[in-house]
Amino acid sequence: MSAPAATCRMGSKSKGTQGMIAKGATRAVALGTALTALMGSVAARAAEAATGAAEAVAEVAVAATIAEGPIKAPTVEQMAGMVDKGDTTWMLISSALVLMMSIPALALFYGGLVRTKNMLSVLMQVFMIVSVAALVWVGWGYSIAFTSTGTPFPALFGGLDKAFLANVNAGTFAATFSNNVYIPEYAFVVFQMTFACITPALIVGAFAERVKFAPLMIFTVLWLTFAYFPIAHQVWYWAGPDFLPDAPTDAGLLWGWGALDFAGGTVVHINAGIAGLIGCLIVGKRVGFGKEATPPHSLTMTMIGASLLWVGWFGFNAGSNLEANGLAALAFVNTLVATAAAAVAWCLIEQFHHGKPSLLGAVTGAVAGLVAITPASGFAAPMAAILLGFAASGFCYLFVAVVKNKLGYDDTLDVFGVHGIGGIVGAIGTAIVADPALGGQGFYDYTVFPAVPGTYDMAGQLVTQIKAVGWTVMWTGIVSAILFYGLKLTMGLRPSEEGEREGLDLTDHGERAYNY
Amino acid sequence: MRLIIAIIKPFKLDEVREALTGIGVSGMTVTEVKGFGRQKGQTEIYRGAEYATNMVPKVKIELVCDAALAPRAVEAIQQAAGTGNIGDGKIFVLDVAEATRIRTGETGEAAL
Repeated sequence: MSAPAATCRMGSKSKGTQGMIAKGATRAVALGTALTALMGSVAARAAEAATGAAEAVAEVAVAATIAEGPIKAPTVEQMAGMVDKGDTTWMLISSALVLMMSIPALALFYGGLVRTKNMLSVLMQVFMIVSVAALVWVGWGYSIAFTSTGTPFPALFGGLDKAFLANVNAGTFAATFSNNVYIPEYAFVVFQMTFACITPALIVGAFAERVKFAPLMIFTVLWLTFAYFPIAHQVWYWAGPDFLPDAPTDAGLLWGWGALDFAGGTVVHINAGIAGLIGCLIVGKRVGFGKEATPPHSLTMTMIGASLLWVGWFGFNAGSNLEANGLAALAFVNTLVATAAAAVAWCLIEQFHHGKPSLLGAVTGAVAGLVAITPASGFAAPMAAILLGFAASGFCYLFVAVVKNKLGYDDTLDVFGVHGIGGIVGAIGTAIVADPALGGQGFYDYTVFPAVPGTYDMAGQLVTQIKAVGWTVMWTGIVSAILFYGLKLTMGLRPSEEGEREGLDLTDHGERAYNY
Repeated sequence: MRLIIAIIKPFKLDEVREALTGIGVSGMTVTEVKGFGRQKGQTEIYRGAEYATNMVPKVKIELVCDAALAPRAVEAIQQAAGTGNIGDGKIFVLDVAEATRIRTGETGEAAL
């Protein structure tokens, strides 16, 4: 079972003494190094003096680990010795990469696709959603998503014990997916913050060119609070591998079901895709939709944005492993090959359907592949990831180029067609590609200590994934519908028809993207 | 004096300019324009949404020369701008009543 872990509770618990079954040399060395620190600098110095070589320290540490075994429910002081500088570095770099996905990558990807007169409005919406979301995240988002205390429904959303980052400091730690491996809680807070920043920014593409700025900002705060934070909690919150065995029900609802979502297929992409669909239906079509031509104003920008998205996505997927190890490298490889496969597939489909492969098609396919591999990135073998990428382009092309035109809804930048559909394909496909019989990673049973690989049942997992998709669609659909209708009836969501024709750049922001 | 208006293919502009300066035309005004004639437009497809672009990009040249030079100028443009395909453009010739050079106040052909 995976997904970014929840933070461990900081209460002091008795130290376990169960025997250690080392899962690998790397793990053992990491544990050993940690324990060495715990044993105190005197012992370490003695070992160093005796041999004068770093390898010797590691050997001593490994011996100590096997003798003592991993620590169940470690105290904060013990956790401090279980932090690896490589993991911490990787998480901070990944956080910066994911921020780059929103600004400038997503902003440019979307901005290039709208008309010149609305370019700034899209850049501004994305930029300010990121800024607002960051503040909301440290305000109450992190606490609702990643605590389970002080709440009437701990399976659905967390309480406010860490609101405004109370009880979080440089000496608190967040769990990873390995027993006795921790990262600084601040690193976890900021990594997860960047996810909360990009998700509402994804939604704006669905009703780009026709929404007022102020109600959009209010929507962002409310949607994060009632849709994103609860779903992040339901999918990603759990007590952590060293605490779950003593509290097997201390996890979010979907995590408890056993739903697999490595990097946010449900939380980010299905969530945003469905909200986008609801939004474009309630906001309504653009003035002149279907009569006036609305071609992209700069596919150059779109290509730059899509490429930066791809680069940033390494932080999104490989960073979601929370540790810099082989699984992070697997997620990294999958993020490359599934995306490449999806770009190739989209171009082939266009070649057969229209006779010409287009740049917009290539980058759209790439994004569809990135979306689809997200939940499976740490589970799939690279060859299975390639097949998932092919499938993602097929389904997304169907919705973007055929179904949307047939049904006539105005999802301006295909948020539903790419993120919603790609997310669903990925979430359900994860059940297939994660199967160890197909080279997948399966899942770990964290209710035993230390964690052991679980018995994989593809059919059962498929049902779980479909249930998780259905639940997410329902939750975000209802919350989004209430919020969009509420704002439509109170503040109003749209500029005047005249203002919309003039363009949102001048109407909402009083400036132009291009002056020449 | 004659005003010659020529609508040509954009990539032929440099050849036309060279041909005209070669026969003694001393200046012209160039504008990027769009329009349609017998040449069909193209179809653009963005994520399956098709846009038929009926208007084709062209360059419009305007120049004024004395009446004696006009037939040779028209011939020069026709030869330099022609490719033999539809969409090569058109040339119109109009009479001009008066011309004034703003800097000096000269009028008539001296102003050209």
